[in-house]
Amino acid sequence: MKYLACLITLAATPALADEAWVTNEKDNTISVIDIATQEVTRTIETGERPRGITFSKDFSRVYICASDSNTVQVMNPETGEILNDLPSGEDPEQFVLHPDDRHLYIANENDAVTTVVDVQDRKVVAQIDVGIEPEGMAVSPDGKVAIATSETTSMAHWIDTATHQLFANTLVDSRPRHAEFTADGAQLWVSAEIGGTITVFTTADQAEVGKVHFAIPGVNQDLIQPVGFRFSPDGTKAYVALGPANHVAVVNTQTLEVEKYILVGRRVWHLAFSPDNSLIFTTNGVSGDVTVIDAATDEPVKSIKVGRFPWGVAMRPTPAN
Amino acid sequence: MLAKISGMLTAAVAAVAWSGAALAEVKVNILYLRHEVARPPVLSNLDPVPENLGIAGAELAVNEVATTGRFLGHNYALTVLSVPPEGDFTAAARQALGQAQLVLLDASAPDMLAVADLPEAANALLFNTSSGEGRLRDADCRANLLHTALETAARSDALMQVLQAKQWRRLAMIVGPKPADQDFAAALRHSAAKFGLTIEGEKDWTFDTDLRESTMDEIPRFTQDLPDHDVLLVADETDDFGRYVEHNTWAPRPVAGSDGMVPTAWSPVIEAWGAAQLQDRFTRQTGRGMAAQDYAAWIAVRAIGEGVTRTGSAAPATLRARLLDPALALDGFKGWSLSFRDWNGQLRQPVAVVNARALVTLAPLPGFLHQVNEMDTLGLDRPESTCTAFGGTP
Repeated sequence: MKYLACLITLAATPALADEAWVTNEKDNTISVIDIATQEVTRTIETGERPRGITFSKDFSRVYICASDSNTVQVMNPETGEILNDLPSGEDPEQFVLHPDDRHLYIANENDAVTTVVDVQDRKVVAQIDVGIEPEGMAVSPDGKVAIATSETTSMAHWIDTATHQLFANTLVDSRPRHAEFTADGAQLWVSAEIGGTITVFTTADQAEVGKVHFAIPGVNQDLIQPVGFRFSPDGTKAYVALGPANHVAVVNTQTLEVEKYILVGRRVWHLAFSPDNSLIFTTNGVSGDVTVIDAATDEPVKSIKVGRFPWGVAMRPTPAN
Repeated sequence: MLAKISGMLTAAVAAVAWSGAALAEVKVNILYLRHEVARPPVLSNLDPVPENLGIAGAELAVNEVATTGRFLGHNYALTVLSVPPEGDFTAAARQALGQAQLVLLDASAPDMLAVADLPEAANALLFNTSSGEGRLRDADCRANLLHTALETAARSDALMQVLQAKQWRRLAMIVGPKPADQDFAAALRHSAAKFGLTIEGEKDWTFDTDLRESTMDEIPRFTQDLPDHDVLLVADETDDFGRYVEHNTWAPRPVAGSDGMVPTAWSPVIEAWGAAQLQDRFTRQTGRGMAAQDYAAWIAVRAIGEGVTRTGSAAPATLRARLLDPALALDGFKGWSLSFRDWNGQLRQPVAVVNARALVTLAPLPGFLHQVNEMDTLGLDRPESTCTAFGGTP
C-alpha cells in the first residue's frame, strides 16, 4: 500500500484544478498543491537547490532555477519531465521572464552578473556586470527596463533591455532581496532585508519617492526583514513577507503605511496569489510549510506541510480544455 | 562554467555604464596595521595560525565595497603594513597615519591605545579588529577607536545564555596558565554569575609534558576530582591543550569554552543568513575557512564602505558620525542588522555558539530581553561601562 502511495505521488497526473508550485530548496523537489483541496498532490524532483520558479505565458513550461546545478531547468508541468536545461550562468537564484515570453533575466548570485537567456534558442544573449550577490529581478510591464538588485552592494541596477546596458544604479537599504514594478509600470518597489524597508522609486526618473517601514510589537526591529512581496490585483495593497519576523505585512500602496500584520510560518520568503486571486500562499523556509491567507479578510486559514526549506512559489491555473 | 558561457554569447558582454551627471570622485584609503606577535608553541601542529589572519578579511571586503564604489565613483585602496614583533609599532603607525586616516588595528590593547593617543590619530578613525580586552570598551575607551572585534565578555555571556537555556547550570572549569586564559576564565566566572550558573570547582592546567600520546591516561585522572558538574569549561585561548580534553574526561560531560562548544564572532560552520555566499567568496580567495579575526577585519571595511556609500564622503568624522548613528543597519551575514554602541564604539553583533562541525545556536537567545536591544545582553552594557570618551557619564 505504501508502495502504491509512493507511485501515485511520483506519477505525474494531469492538473484538475488550480495549483501552487513550491520549490523546496533543501529537498531538490517541487511540492504541487491543489488549491481547491489545499493538499499536496505531487512531489516532483528537480536539480539541486531549486529556488526561483516561473511559468511560461501559456503555462506549457515551467522554468526552475536549480542554483547548485548551475542551470535553469525547463519542465513540462503536465508530466514533470525535464524538457531541457538552459545555460544560466553560475548559481542562478532568481529570475524574471520578459513580457516577450522569450527572454529570462537571471540573477547569478555567486558571480555578480545578470545573465539574459533566450529560451527558444537556448542561448545566452548577454551577461551584464552588476553588484555582488544579485538576487531580486524584475521587468517593467512594457518590457523596456529590467532590474537586478544586488544584496551585498545594496543597489537596484536598471538595465535597458534593448541594449543590455545599465543606465542607472540606485542605492537602497542593506541587502535588497526583491523588486517589483507596479502593474502600470509607474513605480518600482525594492525590499531591503537587513535595512528593514521597502524603497519606492518612480520609474520615469529613477527617483526615490518613499519608503515603507515596519514595526511589530514584541518583535525586535532588527529581525523584521522584508523579502518577497506582491501587489494585490487591484494594486491597492502590497503583501510583504517579513522573513524571521514570521509575519506578512499588508501595505497600503497609496499611503505606504502598514495596515495589518498576518502571522504565518517561520522565516517567510515569498508569496503568490492564487489564479482566482482569492488566496495568498506564502513559503515558510524554517517551518517547512506554506501558509494560506484569505485575501478577502487577510486572515491565515491553513498551513500545508511541504518539503524542506520551501523558497519560491508560482501559480498554475487549471488547463483550459 | 564561465568559459562555457562566453562561448555561447551571441551578443557582446554588456559593459557597465552610467547615466546622468558626472559622479564625484571619492578616494578611500584604508590601512591595515598589524603588530606581529611571537606566538608561544602549542601542543598540536594541526591548526597553525594563518599568516594572513585578519588581512584576508580586509582584502575580501575591500573588493566588495569597491564593487559598490564602481557604481558611485568611490575608489577604495587597502594598504597592509605589518610590523615585526620587535619593531617600533607606534613609530610605524605615526608615519602610516600620514597616508591613511581610516585604520584597522591588528595589535594588542596597549599598542592600540598608544596609536589612538598619537596626535596624528586625533582626527583618524581606528578599528580594533583583534583585541577582546574589556578595558578598551570601558575605562580605556577612546573616541577615535571603534571595535569590530568581539569583546571577551560577549563571548562568555553568549556561552552562558546557551547553557542557561539548556539548563546545564552546574559547571566546572580548567584554566590555562597564560594571561589570555586567565582573562577568559575571569569573563566566564563573571558571565556565570550574571546568568545564574554556578562554577562548582576549578583546576589549573599545570602539565608540562607532551600529552599527545597520554591523554587517555592523564586527563581522566586530572578531571576525576572535580565536583559534580553538567559541563566542563576550558579556558585555553592559545589553542594549546583544550583539544585533548573532550572525550577524555572522567565523567561523560560536554566541554565548552575555548574548545568543544565555542562562542565566537564567526566560524566556517555558519551557513545561514547568506553566510554561505560570504564563506564561499572567502574560501575561493584564500583557500581556507574564515576565522573570527578575518570577520572582524572584513566587517570593519564593510562598515567603512557603508559609511562612504551613504554619505559620499571618506572623511573620518563624517564616517564616525554615520557609523554611530543608531539607525545604522549593517549587514553582518548573521541574521540581525548590526549597529555600533554609540556609548563605547563596540559593534553590536550576535555571537555564534559552534562546535567543530555545526552551528549550535546564535545568541542572544529568545527570552533574554533588553530595554534597548537584545544584542546588548552580550558584553559590557551601558550602565556598567565607565567609558566617557563617547560623551557618556561614568
